Amino acid sequence: MSIDVGRGTRHTEVHKMDRVVIRFAGDSGDGMQLTGDRFTSEAAAFGNDLATLPNFPAEIRAPQGTLPGVSSFQLHFADYDILTPGDRPDVLVVMNPAALKSNITDLPPGGTLIVNTDEFTKRNLTRVGYATNPLEDGSLASYQVHSVAMATLTRKALEPSGLSKKDAERAKNMFALGLLSWMYHRPTEGTERYLREKFAKLPAIAEANVLAFRTGWNYGETTESFAVTYEVAPAKLAAGTYRQITGNTALAYGIVAAGQCSKLPVFLGTYPITPASDILHELAKHKNFGVTTFQAEDEIAGIGAALGASFGGALGVTSTSGPGIALKSETIGLAVMTEMPLLVLDIQRGGPSTGLPTKTEQADLLQAMFGRNGEAPVAIVAPRSPADCFDMALEATRIALTYRTPVLLLSDGYIANGSEPWLVPEVENLPDLSVRFATEPNATDGSGAFWPYLRDPETLARPWALPGTPGLEHRIGGLEKAENTGSISYDPDNHDRMVRLRQAKVNGIAVADAEVDDPSGAARVLVLGWGSSFGPIGAACRRVRRLGMDIAHVHLRNLNPFPKNLGALLANYDKVVVPEMNMGQLALLLRAKYLVDAASYTKVAGLPFKAEELQDVFAAFVKGLDS
Amino acid sequence: MTTIDLGLPGLAGVPTFEGAQTAKDYKTDQEVRWCPGCGDYAVLAAVQSFLPELGLRRENIVFISGIGCSSRFPYYMNTYGMHSIHGRAPAIATGLATSRGDLSVWVVTGDGDALSIGGNHLIHALRRNVNLKILLFNNRIYGLTKGQYSPTSEEGKVTKSTPMGSLDHPFNPVSLALGAEASFVGRALDSDRKQLTEVLRAAAEHRGSALVEIYQNCPIFNDGAFDVLKDAGERTDRIIPLRHGEPIRFGAEGQHGVVRDPKTGALRVAEVAAVGEQALVVHDVTLDDPSYAFALSRLSGSELDHTPIGVFRSVSRPAYDDLARAQVAAAKDKPADLSSLLRGKDTWTVLD
Ligand code: SF4
Repeated sequence: MSIDVGRGTRHTEVHKMDRVVIRFAGDSGDGMQLTGDRFTSEAAAFGNDLATLPNFPAEIRAPQGTLPGVSSFQLHFADYDILTPGDRPDVLVVMNPAALKSNITDLPPGGTLIVNTDEFTKRNLTRVGYATNPLEDGSLASYQVHSVAMATLTRKALEPSGLSKKDAERAKNMFALGLLSWMYHRPTEGTERYLREKFAKLPAIAEANVLAFRTGWNYGETTESFAVTYEVAPAKLAAGTYRQITGNTALAYGIVAAGQCSKLPVFLGTYPITPASDILHELAKHKNFGVTTFQAEDEIAGIGAALGASFGGALGVTSTSGPGIALKSETIGLAVMTEMPLLVLDIQRGGPSTGLPTKTEQADLLQAMFGRNGEAPVAIVAPRSPADCFDMALEATRIALTYRTPVLLLSDGYIANGSEPWLVPEVENLPDLSVRFATEPNATDGSGAFWPYLRDPETLARPWALPGTPGLEHRIGGLEKAENTGSISYDPDNHDRMVRLRQAKVNGIAVADAEVDDPSGAARVLVLGWGSSFGPIGAACRRVRRLGMDIAHVHLRNLNPFPKNLGALLANYDKVVVPEMNMGQLALLLRAKYLVDAASYTKVAGLPFKAEELQDVFAAFVKGLDS
Repeated sequence: MTTIDLGLPGLAGVPTFEGAQTAKDYKTDQEVRWCPGCGDYAVLAAVQSFLPELGLRRENIVFISGIGCSSRFPYYMNTYGMHSIHGRAPAIATGLATSRGDLSVWVVTGDGDALSIGGNHLIHALRRNVNLKILLFNNRIYGLTKGQYSPTSEEGKVTKSTPMGSLDHPFNPVSLALGAEASFVGRALDSDRKQLTEVLRAAAEHRGSALVEIYQNCPIFNDGAFDVLKDAGERTDRIIPLRHGEPIRFGAEGQHGVVRDPKTGALRVAEVAAVGEQALVVHDVTLDDPSYAFALSRLSGSELDHTPIGVFRSVSRPAYDDLARAQVAAAKDKPADLSSLLRGKDTWTVLD
């Protein structure tokens, strides 16, 4: 069978747009994440800038057709550099009544709504509380509604394939993808190739999905109901080679690269937890880079094994989310005391306790900063976007290896699962992170002994002497150590000195100065953010500037220690605003350290900020100063 | 000379030392701080004198401990060492042993450390069969926190935390280890240097996890807990020495023996005169099915009436760390091209 997939002859009006936001929403079993992923890949292959927001329930299969079972994927693509997955969709694709009900309020009036009508049965409508069919009762009059019997059309097209009705209808998400691909002039080869690879072992299913995809495309092409198609030109990004990447993949690649740049074997000790497990899955594929992955019996053993591997000279890494950090605290404390390099990746999620496993939050900052007994300072870094996870993995490694300290990296569910184009770095431009291990006794008293706590005068790091090195046999542990010699010491003055030394070491970590984004140079209000809110804050600042106001944005990637220029920067502005997806944790630290009257704007809804909402907040601060 | 030439295949990969070593080489300058008369001294001395005989490079030996009296052990061993966190030593040691095949890694732990706070890590290390030699000093009491009952204390134990007697049923550490399918399980007494050394040596030579329970006297908080096994009058009627390939019999004249109950399959003690020599069970540490060794471990409870001492089980099973290193080595057949990994399959190029 051959179906011509190409721009046909039917005349449709083509609208040129600079950006579009599409949201696919359906039941968890409808394959919405896959559909969104594929559309994202098509947009990436076309050269658009893009940002994505997957949103799915914590249950693997919530009851079918119910509101809690709705899964969605939002994608923003544009012909210029964009910062967020978009506040509201321009186009909403819904596969069932539950998806309509839980998403329709986000669609602005005039927006395009594409509905799979097959699921709009009386039973399904009643189940989610619709007394009448919204497709018929006029309640959707303010939208451009396209009713398409996607399941029926897919099933009919697949009849010759001999697939069961159920299997055939399962391909309806590919029908939706095909239709949208037609509407937005997307390239299709990538998706067809992908489907054939994904179902390589089930060729019948592969061909059924390809056929469903083409059927969706041809439906747009041949029926009269779609009069307009849209074009979003490729974005004019900086020259180079790009790929699409999620935060968790970028983080895993960053760890692989860190092993290569440091010439150390990588040892990941971890325990599965949402939303961090994909880091384990990804790293487990790259053993050829000298990566060992250990799925431990619990969070504690995961970090314990990583620290044990560090003791042996590996780059020890553990990955988790907030609840796991709570369990790992004692081992982070041991790593502080034994002053060994260790990477702790915290993919934050809604808390406290089990909280909202699949939703995002930035509420682990104070846990990272202070969540241990005693004075136990650690370095903290936070990537600001999916692609930035790669760079921050290298930054965390640099700090850990140079200063022999645990480093906490705070990503979150939003950037972990979200994706964006990534300018792939040239390997030869990656930093040299190689380590000098101790090889000789170092005692300064002429004894010829090895002193494991004799510090480098510049970094205050202690030597890293690997088991197997003759003459450097030594013992470390959680008890307080005597300065230099590392023997157990209960001496009061020694303890006071060691507490201060450990703090001074972390305080003295060299980090890049914070950069200010203030195009006019005239801003009096500074917005200071950290982590994944970079996109929404940046987008909101652009909007505020378009309204003719000045505003500055600084986004922190190093949270402990702060950049050295931060204090002076804060003093430059009349007002400092700190938006956070927590109750004001960074603001608390800034107030304590710099005595700055920072205003906190907080939202803890499990979803990233919307640019629109931040725009209003920022504009109000700018206007407030003027009045 | 390699460990293979030395007849120590269980220590494959650990470099050997050509010169002579003595116990003194394994002592540190740290003052040993256990209470006078503590059983830990005897174990330390046994380990320090038996390790030189193995002929390994001292710098390739690592002792990792948790928290508790016995966990001070690494400070006194002139090897690499880590005194870590309560209960976590098996986890930390698993990471070290997995990433470094050239090390002989020892875990020193106690009944509270290994069986209470660290129970989970212990059973998983044993199940995985990581190359770790785990010395479990069992004094049936919490020493470092000054005398509370432990998970091996006998029921009804009166301590500071249980003035009316403890209520918990204790663990039998050997049974627990066998339940976790440990590939090597032994038991020794702190006071019997020769037998202790024999079991330690067998453990060291074993590939995979080896758990050695060492009955250790705490003269301060649980003095005499194992006296019945040391008393010249009682010892011979209580201790059942296990020797691979030999019928299990004990008593001053070898008058007692171990036989299998045909009805239940369990083992029990019988008089040789009554059952005949033919009925005695011949000890076999190599049986794959752990139920035989488990049955042996059930001969004694807290009351120590019939206590098998020696190696219960020593079977060959792939070690987790060997397998993990083999996977990494096998994966290395595929070139590690970072540039192509980072690019992936779908890239696009933006021109100037
Ligand atoms: S309290 Fe008991 S176990 Fe601890 S050192 Fe003293 S005698 Fe030994």
